Amino acid sequence: MNKKQKKMLIRILVFAALLGSLNYLGTISILLQTGMLRFALYMVPYLIIGYDILKKAWKGIRNRQVFDEAFLMAVATIGAIILALYSGSGDYLEAIAVMLLYQIGELFQSYAVGKSRRNISELMDIRPDYANIERDGALEQVDPDEVEIGSIIVVQPGEKVPIDGAVVEGSSTLNTAALTGESLPRDVEMGDGIISGCINESGVLKIRTTKEFSDSTVSKILDLVENASSRKSKSEDFITKFARVYTPAVVYAAIALAIIPPVASLLMGNAAAWNVWIYRALTFLVASCPCALVVSIPLSFFAGIGGASNAGVLVKGSNYLELLSKTKIVVFDKTGTLTQGVFEVSGIHHSEISDEQLVEYAALAESASSHPISKSLQKAYGKAIDRSRVSNIQEIGGKGVTATVDGHSVAAGNDKLMTALGVDYVSCHSVGTIIHLAIDGKYAGHIVISDIEKSHSKEAIRKLKASGVRKTVMLTGDSAKVAEQVAASLGIDQVYAQLLPADKVAKVEELLQEKSENEMLAFVGDGINDAPVLRRADIGIAMGAMGSDAAIEAADVVLMDDDPMQIAKAIRISRKSLRIVYQNIVFSIVVKLLCLILVAVGVANMWIAVFADVGVMILAVLNAIRALFVKKL
Amino acid sequence: MKKSYKIDVDCAACADKMEVAANKTEGVKNASVNFMTLMMAVEFEDGADVKSVMQNVRANCKKVEDDCEVFI
Repeated sequence: MNKKQKKMLIRILVFAALLGSLNYLGTISILLQTGMLRFALYMVPYLIIGYDILKKAWKGIRNRQVFDEAFLMAVATIGAIILALYSGSGDYLEAIAVMLLYQIGELFQSYAVGKSRRNISELMDIRPDYANIERDGALEQVDPDEVEIGSIIVVQPGEKVPIDGAVVEGSSTLNTAALTGESLPRDVEMGDGIISGCINESGVLKIRTTKEFSDSTVSKILDLVENASSRKSKSEDFITKFARVYTPAVVYAAIALAIIPPVASLLMGNAAAWNVWIYRALTFLVASCPCALVVSIPLSFFAGIGGASNAGVLVKGSNYLELLSKTKIVVFDKTGTLTQGVFEVSGIHHSEISDEQLVEYAALAESASSHPISKSLQKAYGKAIDRSRVSNIQEIGGKGVTATVDGHSVAAGNDKLMTALGVDYVSCHSVGTIIHLAIDGKYAGHIVISDIEKSHSKEAIRKLKASGVRKTVMLTGDSAKVAEQVAASLGIDQVYAQLLPADKVAKVEELLQEKSENEMLAFVGDGINDAPVLRRADIGIAMGAMGSDAAIEAADVVLMDDDPMQIAKAIRISRKSLRIVYQNIVFSIVVKLLCLILVAVGVANMWIAVFADVGVMILAVLNAIRALFVKKL
Repeated sequence: MKKSYKIDVDCAACADKMEVAANKTEGVKNASVNFMTLMMAVEFEDGADVKSVMQNVRANCKKVEDDCEVFI
């Protein structure tokens, strides 16, 4: 509890003690049962509990801001006290209790909001406080902002990596949980890139910074999270507008309730019963307070965004959370999104010699090339390339290479190369890039190289379907054969292959035209070359946030650990938050209306009204906090 | 130009009033108050003097909601 809340608590306790003793005195002393002394004595607890509300209402009136909660409460309680004084009943307890319950409600609300605010900021506590710089053999802590690009910083076990950079000395495991929600530690060693926000778990690392602090991943993410809910959702806008109209409307309705029935009754020749109607009008004011809505709706979104970021899904604003919940079509980029974007040898067929030997020859022949294909061959080979074994390397553009390896002439390349060399080859049925090998003019087999699917891709598509996504589409620049094979294996509904980046935008435009208004289209890309499409789609979801600035900039939702499974999770988180928002809207408005009607017809008194008001608010706030819990979704 | 400021305010409805007041301030193109993060994001008109505009924003907020603060 903060200072203000503690003060309030003390006021409530003092108030309770005073009121208790007053009531007790009232039972033994006749003087306290009616008259001015009773009034004066009862005003003490009333002022203790409500002086700030009265002050606020007064200031509000002076600044022409009359229709706020303080005003409603002040008018209702003062009205009730005057009524009690005027009618001689001496029942001040009601007005005092209304003020008390209102204050308790406010206290609870401020405590709950403060608590969730702290919870969420703790979840996102990745801000590094300092960076260690080695000077004259001693470590010195400096402000990360002051570290220049290219400086060497030291990160000790247990510390956060403050600035993006590359490891120049040492090896360690990193805990990336705060960034990705992924608990699996990551190993780094000399030469590896490292992003800020991770926690160094085991060894001491020396890092050469490659960015300034303000451009580092951790700053970008913090910036994004802090500004997240400045983009308001439609529901929030609705509530704000609703509250702006609602409070004045209720005040006018209360005035009408106080005047019209008595006057009508007078006109019909009956007694006016002013007391009854004014009391009802005041009760009406108490019941009308819109705080349940005004607090709980933004709180639900805030908790939803907080819960999502804890799970490694950054949502840039509550409006995107709202759109995400309506996602019916998900369009994927293939490479880097559903597949790893890393080429690997996936098969070796019709090999005349041992598989290892075939790969060895291919890797050596291709050793001069820096093409991803050649890299994947070298990776499959797994040993250092001994360049001295290779000579006469000749690249034949668009076909492949020929070279002399260990005295044998080796040709590695596609169908065209084999045809050109007049070698009979076995064509392959597998999907991917095929490299045929001919050794000394004789066919030796072929190697299939393909991009591998992410292990979760298939499950991710299935989960998307399960969470109500109607259509999944894949866009790729790859050949139709590869694209269709991947789509079939993952269970994707529609494929468009051989697209240039500009075609992707056009395709997404087309898909946007086809869908109905209420369905949202999400595009999932790896963020580096997909920026225009990410912007064009209703919701842009970027993969590869780990260090990719373009992704953080262009996308509306960023998946911190590149796992496509997170898309379905993000959608489920958004659905849960929105469900809570609607529950709160409907629940609060229905209870309020019901209560207002009961008050107007005279069934409910002020006690019931204030319970309805504070009770609804507490329930709505508790419900809103539920949005924070997303682990099991 | 866009800038974010830390604010202090007690209730959501009051935060909304601050937003309205800030938006009405001259030199402010668009202002958005986030009650949950207690931040006010202000987009200034071109050529506006940020410092004096923010002083006015603060004064206007104080007018509609006595119990608030904008940390400039």
